[in-house]
Amino acid sequence: MDHLINPFHSKEIHTSKEIDILLVEDNPGDVRLTQEVIKDSKLRNSLRVITDGREAMKFLKKEGVYADSAMPDIILLDLNLPFKNGKEILAEIKQDPALKDIPVAVLTHSEVEADILKAQELNASCYLVKPVDIEQFIMVVRSIDTFYLSIVKVSDALI
Amino acid sequence: MQILLVEDNPGDVRMMTDLLSETGILTQLHVSMDGADALDFLKKRGSHGLACYPDVIILDLNIPKKNGKEVLAEIKQDDALKSIPVVILSSSEADIDISYCYQMQANCYINKPHDLFNYMNVVKSISDFWFQTVRLPILS
Repeated sequence: MDHLINPFHSKEIHTSKEIDILLVEDNPGDVRLTQEVIKDSKLRNSLRVITDGREAMKFLKKEGVYADSAMPDIILLDLNLPFKNGKEILAEIKQDPALKDIPVAVLTHSEVEADILKAQELNASCYLVKPVDIEQFIMVVRSIDTFYLSIVKVSDALI
Repeated sequence: MQILLVEDNPGDVRMMTDLLSETGILTQLHVSMDGADALDFLKKRGSHGLACYPDVIILDLNIPKKNGKEVLAEIKQDDALKSIPVVILSSSEADIDISYCYQMQANCYINKPHDLFNYMNVVKSISDFWFQTVRLPILS
């Protein structure tokens, strides 16, 4: 009966699989804060951090050392990255049949309308502005946790 | 906040309407009870000629005339509409449905709760996240 009371956790109960999150972010402070918040999540999860865009694509395409890595269930993506910027990565993910069904939450400093619209046009699942204030930053990451990790169902096909 | 709810079950429509008004966020809710009307509304056809674009679409899959999957596909293939977030709210737990929706770029997939408490929680979560936290694109 548990799943009737907690439909949001049905993925965890039915499959006992933890949610795999990929964070693509180069700012160490932002990485650290995100890790702290996600660690406290109600849902079992594992967070992988990749700090540049090129490496992120290698991971997603399972190249080299990443050949046996699990595909993430959700990607948190900064737009402002070294080597390959977030918009290029987003475009590549969404054009790849093996990757396009992974929800991508853009989490970035830019409040520029053109960036918000472009991300949506490239099929980002959502666009979140990273607040400068630490407390507010924590709240935003927590909101991703509350919504995407607890309420939303991700596709089991990604397992 | 303009919301399009695509839902044919009157009980669910009533539930969503009541719960959305309780969020305290000023929302204007347009309800389409079938897929064809939803697309007419979005494409501003016929009697919907003066409609404005919704900020968020909440879409059931099991709707008449054009089902939710067809509606989702048309929205995400239309340059004018693809940027509007689509929240799938469906009683289907079938992975084939979940998987299809993500393939077609649904922004998220939520199972319709079975009881009031969880329904309230889901609507509050949708409101907190989509109406207050995320940045929605401004569509002309």
